[in-house]
Formats: sequence, structure tokens, C-alpha cells
Amino acid sequence: MKAMFVGFAAVVVIAIAANILLNRAGFSSQDVHSGPAVRLDG
Amino acid sequence: MLRMALVFFLSLFLVAPLAAQDTQTPTAPDRSATGGAQTLEDILARQRGEPVDDAFRKNNTGDPDAAAGIAAQLGTLGGASDPEVWRALRYGSADVTVSAGGEVASVLMQDGGMRWLEFRRGPLPKWGGWLLLGTLGLLLLFFLLRGRIRVDEPMTGRTVTRFKAAERFGHWLLAGSFVILGITGIVVLFGRLFIAPYLGKEVNAVLLDWSKWVHNNVAWAFILGLIMVFVMWVAHNLPSRTDITWLRQFGGIVGKAHPPAKKFNAGQKFIFWSVILLGGSIAISGLSLLFPFEMPLFAKTFSVLNQIGIPGWFGMDPLPTALAPQEEMQLAQLWHAIVAFVLMAIVLAHIYIGSVGMEGAFDAMGTGEVDEAWAHQHHSLWLDEVKDPDAKAPEGATPAE
Repeated sequence: MKAMFVGFAAVVVIAIAANILLNRAGFSSQDVHSGPAVRLDG
Repeated sequence: MLRMALVFFLSLFLVAPLAAQDTQTPTAPDRSATGGAQTLEDILARQRGEPVDDAFRKNNTGDPDAAAGIAAQLGTLGGASDPEVWRALRYGSADVTVSAGGEVASVLMQDGGMRWLEFRRGPLPKWGGWLLLGTLGLLLLFFLLRGRIRVDEPMTGRTVTRFKAAERFGHWLLAGSFVILGITGIVVLFGRLFIAPYLGKEVNAVLLDWSKWVHNNVAWAFILGLIMVFVMWVAHNLPSRTDITWLRQFGGIVGKAHPPAKKFNAGQKFIFWSVILLGGSIAISGLSLLFPFEMPLFAKTFSVLNQIGIPGWFGMDPLPTALAPQEEMQLAQLWHAIVAFVLMAIVLAHIYIGSVGMEGAFDAMGTGEVDEAWAHQHHSLWLDEVKDPDAKAPEGATPAE
């Protein structure tokens, strides 16, 4: 059963890592589809 | 005398600035760049409070010859009318130039959007939902009629390794991510229909926001699991003659026979190729959705289908090959959801047979170890190979009874 739980844990780890990496690489919707003249936060 | 001198000097100080102002009378700026209309400098001068001679505007009325030529940048519409411009915008034929946003931003009205919206909130959830419920109903009916498929022979207590740790890891990476993607996808599609009316729009909005985040990011685990499973098991899932025997006896699912099978029987091969092909298609359309407008798929696909002539086989007109960027996304979303519904239905059957439907089946993917009695009943040729790797089982082996 260990492989099953490691597999589930890997899903979580990959999801978080993918989010961090893609955001850092400039792939967030904000970076791709917005510009400096647009204020999205606050 | 002194007073007179003082008045004289004071008068000089007061008059001097006026004289200086006289020398700064604005000269008419060059307005050729705007076709005679006011320039940025005119506007700025007015904002600074400086006098602006607006005769060039005030007197520029009622003289058709003073208008810019039809072909000029600021020319009149000539023979075209405003409604024609709006019609061109409506049907996507207007010559729109945008300063930012590219081809996507140049589409001001997108006709296909309504077709997509109607399908997404009508037939898609309706038929998709019934497909899943129908599958669950059939599985329940099958369970009531057939019951749990038991191991006929007594358990031996001896086990063989059915799946190694890496295989089980790959399977659960794929399975875990698929279940999460399925649930979050259903929340995104059905939230407005079944969550918002009962739990409120706020709850639905929070669930939708979370589901979108999870769906977008868990997708990578699914793609990785798909690649792992394909690489590890493709060699075992190529069609073979034993599949015919297995299918002829309905895999022992119907009836009491236990047809021989290698590592994977024909039913499992069907699941494997469904997951690889449908899952692969879901992954590709999902990537197209994850990177909007970067990976358009359908215009090219339709072009290939038209060249082969497939629409004609069904009496259809050729499929459209000039699609707005938004339409590409809409088709990707519909395809993604439709194929996902089909794969979810297939996987529900897989989950059933791998858990409550068959005694001992879960152990294969749980601990990786299966009893020899189970292995002999369901995968006799594979068991022979495992026990004696040197002896190759004949293709047309007799059924293990």
C-alpha cells in the first residue's frame, strides 16, 4: 500500500511544484494576458 | 520729482511682462498629421490656460471639400454606412487593428460563442451526467445479478508479485490525479446547476476557484502518470491471439469459464488503450486550454479530416477551417469534457472490477502480491511465465479451469 500513498503524495507535490514553477516562469494569466497599465491586485 | 521717477519705474515693471507676452503670441501649429483636426499640442495648450486660436475648428463646418479624402486615414465612410461597419464587426469581417492583445483582441464579436455556451450549459452536462449515472446504475445491476467474482479454488497462501512498486506508483499517480481531475471538472461544469441553487453562489464561487486551481495544477501529475503507465505496460498490451479466446468466453465475467491470459487480458487491454488514447487526447486538449490561444488544435484537425473526406461520409459539409481564436478554445473545452465523460465511464467500470467486483483484484495494485490461486484463475499464462521464466507458454493454450 506504500506505493499507493506515495503516488497520492506525488500528485500533491507535483501540483504545488507546477504552480510555483509556472508562476515563476511567467505563465500566470496575469503575466500572459495583462500589462503594466492594468491593475489586478487591490 | 522723486515720486515721478518712482511711478515711471513702476510703470516699466508692470508693462514689461505685457510686452513680453505680446511677443509670445502662439503661431498656428502644423496640423497636417491630423488632417487639420486639433493636435495634442492644441489640447495641452488649452489645458495650460494659454489662448488657442480655434478658428480652424470653429469655421470648419459645412464645406464638403474641406473633409479628408475617402481613402485618407481620417476620411469619411464615403459609400459605406455605419451599419455596414457594425455588420462587419458582427460577422468578423471588419478590418480591425488593435494596439495590444494580438489576433485575439481583434475579434470584437464572436458568433460561435453562443453555440458553445448553449451546448456547455445544456446537452453537455445533461448527457454527460446521464452517462455517468447510467454507468453506475449498470454496474449496480451487474453486481446484483453476478455478485462478486470469487476465486473458485481455495487460496494457496503462496503469493506472486503482480506489480512492482514502480508500476503501482505510476498507476496510483495516474489514478489519484484522474479522480481529482474528474471531481474538480464535474464541480466546474455542474456547480452552477447543482451547487449554487442549494448552497449559494458564494459557496459555488469558492469551490469553483479551488477546483480551477487544483484542476490546472494536478493535470501535470496526470500527464506524468500517463507517460509512466504507457512506457511500463505498452509491451504487455499489444493484441495477441489469447485475446480472441478471452473475448469469446466474455472474459469469464459472464459465465463460469476462466479463459487464459497473460499479464493483461483483453478487457484490461481495452482499459489500457482507452486510458492512453482518450487520456492522451484529454491531456492535449487540456494543454491547449492551460495555455490559451497558444496551441490551437481544431482548424488543423478539421483541415486534415476534410482532406480525407470524413465529413462527407456522414453527409456533412466540410468542417470549418477558419476559426476565431476564441472558437478554438471553445471547441477544446467541449472536446476535453466529452472525452473525459467517456473515459470517466470506462474508469468507473475499471474501479468496480478492481475493488468490489472481483475478489483479490485490489491486492494486485494494493500490495502488489496476489495469491497463486487468483493468478491461476485470471492470468494463467502470466503465472506460468512468472513461475518458470524460461518456458514460453503456447499462444493457443487451453483455458485454465
